[in-house]
Amino acid sequence: MSRDTVPAHMDPTKSFQGLLLTLQQFWADKGCAILQPYDMEVGAGTFHPGTTLRSLGPRPWKAAYVQPCRRPTDGRYGENPNRLQHYYQFQVILKPSPENLQELYLESLRAIGIDTGVHDVRFVEDDWESPTLGAWGLGWECWCDGMEVSQFTYFQQVAGFECKPVSGELTYGLERLAMYVQGVDNVYDLNFNGREGDEKISYGDVFHQAEQEFSRHNFEYADTEMLFRHFKDHEDECKRLLAFSEQAKEEAGDGLQKVVLPAYDQVNKASHVFNLLDARGVISVTERQSYILRVRELAKACGAAFLETKWGGKE
Amino acid sequence: MPDLLIELFSEEIPARMQRRAAEDLKKLVTNAVVEAGLTYEGAKAFATPRRLALHVAGLPAASAATREERKGPRVGAPEKALEGFLRGAGLASIDDAQVQNDPKKGDFYVAVIEKDGRPATDIIAEAMPTIISNFPWPKSQRWGTGSLKWVRPLHSIVCTFGPETEEPEIVHFEVGGIKSGNVTRGHRFLAPQSFEVRRLEDYMAKLEAHKVVLDADRRKDIILHDAQNAALALGLELVEDEGLLEEVAGLNEWPTVLIGAYDEAFLALPDEVIKLTIKENQKNFVLRDPATGKLSNKFALTTNIEATDGGAVIIAGNEKVVAARLSDAKFFWEGDLKTKLESNLPKLDSIIFHEKLGTVGQRVQRLERLATELASVTGAAPADAQRAAKLAKTDLVSASVFEFTELQGLIGRYLATAQGETPAIAAAIEDHYKPAGAADEVPSAPVSIAVALADKVDVLAGFWAINEKPTGSKDPFALRRAALGIIRIVLENDLRLPLRDVLVQALRRNLADVATARGEDALKGLPFIGKGEAGEDLVSGLFSFVNGCAGKVLDSFSEKVPETALERGLIDDLMGFIAERLKVVMKDKGIRHDLIDAVFALGDQSDLALVVKRAEALGALLGSEDGENLLAGYKRAANILRAEEKKEGTSFGGEPQSALLIEPAEVALFEAICGLEAQVAPLLVANDYNGAMSALAQLRAPVDKFFVDIHVNAEDAKVRENRLKLLTRIRHTMHQVADFSKIAG
Repeated sequence: MSRDTVPAHMDPTKSFQGLLLTLQQFWADKGCAILQPYDMEVGAGTFHPGTTLRSLGPRPWKAAYVQPCRRPTDGRYGENPNRLQHYYQFQVILKPSPENLQELYLESLRAIGIDTGVHDVRFVEDDWESPTLGAWGLGWECWCDGMEVSQFTYFQQVAGFECKPVSGELTYGLERLAMYVQGVDNVYDLNFNGREGDEKISYGDVFHQAEQEFSRHNFEYADTEMLFRHFKDHEDECKRLLAFSEQAKEEAGDGLQKVVLPAYDQVNKASHVFNLLDARGVISVTERQSYILRVRELAKACGAAFLETKWGGKE
Repeated sequence: MPDLLIELFSEEIPARMQRRAAEDLKKLVTNAVVEAGLTYEGAKAFATPRRLALHVAGLPAASAATREERKGPRVGAPEKALEGFLRGAGLASIDDAQVQNDPKKGDFYVAVIEKDGRPATDIIAEAMPTIISNFPWPKSQRWGTGSLKWVRPLHSIVCTFGPETEEPEIVHFEVGGIKSGNVTRGHRFLAPQSFEVRRLEDYMAKLEAHKVVLDADRRKDIILHDAQNAALALGLELVEDEGLLEEVAGLNEWPTVLIGAYDEAFLALPDEVIKLTIKENQKNFVLRDPATGKLSNKFALTTNIEATDGGAVIIAGNEKVVAARLSDAKFFWEGDLKTKLESNLPKLDSIIFHEKLGTVGQRVQRLERLATELASVTGAAPADAQRAAKLAKTDLVSASVFEFTELQGLIGRYLATAQGETPAIAAAIEDHYKPAGAADEVPSAPVSIAVALADKVDVLAGFWAINEKPTGSKDPFALRRAALGIIRIVLENDLRLPLRDVLVQALRRNLADVATARGEDALKGLPFIGKGEAGEDLVSGLFSFVNGCAGKVLDSFSEKVPETALERGLIDDLMGFIAERLKVVMKDKGIRHDLIDAVFALGDQSDLALVVKRAEALGALLGSEDGENLLAGYKRAANILRAEEKKEGTSFGGEPQSALLIEPAEVALFEAICGLEAQVAPLLVANDYNGAMSALAQLRAPVDKFFVDIHVNAEDAKVRENRLKLLTRIRHTMHQVADFSKIAG
């Protein structure tokens, strides 16, 4: 589908959803499974099990999806033109990373209307590390005319395990890209549905009230006692599930873990609860480190267990 | 002679690694060929964001054949010796060795090892895969299904070899599934096609035609000159920045300079904030008005392409990002302006300075007291010094410093000025971190000096108390820099600073804070306290002492509370550390380290400026003929004394008796010494070291004459003892001025 043939309301330079659907179409054409967002609060598209867990083990994998991300501390009550506590990432994961990954990425930019003949696209060193996932990789932030529009990473380690083969991960900041191609300075002014006049739905129409309410929640109203309790609950539940998984493996005698994905869900829940507690300002600097460590231990345990599943390469 | 051309073509190499990587490639390849017996005339390495390249000129086509004779064991030597010889020489059997005869040793084996010359291409082909696989990147990665590591995925390799007049050949090898060849690619966007290359000349020319400037220094020149010219055309001046220029040259293969602008309203921000915002986030240069030196609202950006629209879209995009960043910075700055620095103080109480040394808030309180006290030494008003110390760290919790850590101090100065603090106090907030390095300026204003000294003295004493001293190359808290800072501040401002007493005060305050922060028991854990019951007693003693001192006494190092034994050991060690740094500083100024030792060995040397003056005077004395001879006389006296003291097991103190002085030379010497002592004492009190040294020089003649005329070990025991007493007296008198025994030569 080329840009010339799409209807005006689907033009990625005029419609937020047009941008998103164009990227989806583009990566579908490259053979990716187009997943839907993971049905859970996550801080980044990387936390989707379709990236974290699938990047472990030897089995090839190609997927792309939009992932709504929650970063409670980034909330600004809907008053900042480009800071949001909830936003979209478009995530592509290709395992093993193909030889022409940079070319594919540039092609995807062209598909959404960024002409590399007039725009200055640059790959600027940016090493990626996720302390909570025990993961790191090397890559770049991709600049378009001095603005960071994507993150490009070759995963080296996830959940403390070497990635073999290496996955290539692309993360597009959708709002930022859309603001750039639509030429708007305030995220809430983005044209969401690509229609004009009465039919137009803006990003503000979709999200502004939610940003206000969730900022209040994240910074002021979230019940911290409950959250502390929940953190502990999710942590315990994760460990409990992994213990069951291990026990079931022993009993079956097939060397295969049985309950890893549900345990990993608990990691995401614990991680989000931690982010909320952080936003509420009730975690001191020293405690902060220890919470991150606790989540990482869970993620590592899930990663180790995942490697003992069929998807993790154990046959 | 043939040339070698290598290009390693990859995805974008981090700018900061390129230059080093090119040099590493040069070193590794040239070392490898030299080790394999080749010579070369010259080598030059290049780097761009996507390639490392190397040209080695004047290599021979092959290495020379070599013949080596290796001597082995004698004929009939034990089996073991023969085996070792064969293994070492690479022979299969002893029959392959020759037998030679030596008239003394008899028959012995000799292995003749002959190696044919090898074609250079074989040598290179063999060396390259290892060099590439083990390349010393600071960080490297795997990609796809491969196991080769490179800084980012490696795509192709050019490796050609041949003389200028002929078609060069490809040096064939393979690494990580990549076969070497003679094909490379042009600029990512402007000329992405691939093309064949032969040797450096056509390689560089073809790259240029494909919009790639190979040489980083040329890219830097292009950026610098284009930016300067663009600025000039606007009546402005480029604010040069070598680090930024180097980085930008590493982000572009075909740099093109464009000019953007931002809203003039942002110029209300401090220049440094604007400059850093534009530099850190955008890698762009700022421009200034050459007449006023103030920043203009224009900036120079470098793109990697020649845009088909002349750059309009790129400029607009960059302007948008710059504006967004500057409005963030403005938001932070305006918030900071509205927040009184003083109101940031409580926040410092929740920042841990060091786990064992409490919070930044506690540190600030220590600095206040130290700076107040130091004000008397630096000539500042104590209230000013205290105020400056109180505010010195308050900008650390400002939003602007959170964004730009390197602007700590400077932001504090601007905020203090805007909030009505006096210029001296505002300046001290910025300057108290100085000198930050050998090239950094030393504060000279009295208030600044007081806070700068307090800051450094406090860290040194604190980290010494918890035994976190620098070791080898590890100095995470920059304590060497702190010591050096104290030395430079004292010497360059010629301060009369009782350093030792100040350190003791700083130590006590740190201990008091350790105890308050973590309880009395925390003191027990301090390494210098020691273990066991004695340690326990000392701690309770120390604790009550510290509590007792916490009030008035602690606030004044002029009202000296005697050092405890514990403190003495620790402060001696710390003073020794500072003395070592001082020697390094003095060495650069041409003063021998043994002269510094000779002064420190006098003990109680707390005033660094006087130590240096004394050492300088001592150097001048020893440089004179009198001094040189006096030193020889001193050494002779000291040697005799050492020998006799050892023999008798006693020293020869006490007053020499006039009645026992027989010879004129010893009478003259005694008189000279007595006269000298009377002369030197007041000079030393007045810190007139040159005067004291000149006085000392008068001793040369009588000492010389004494050793010519007098036999010290006289037969009469009493005369002998009296003469030894006289020598002891010489040593004693000279030691008033410096410990001559520490002087070399």
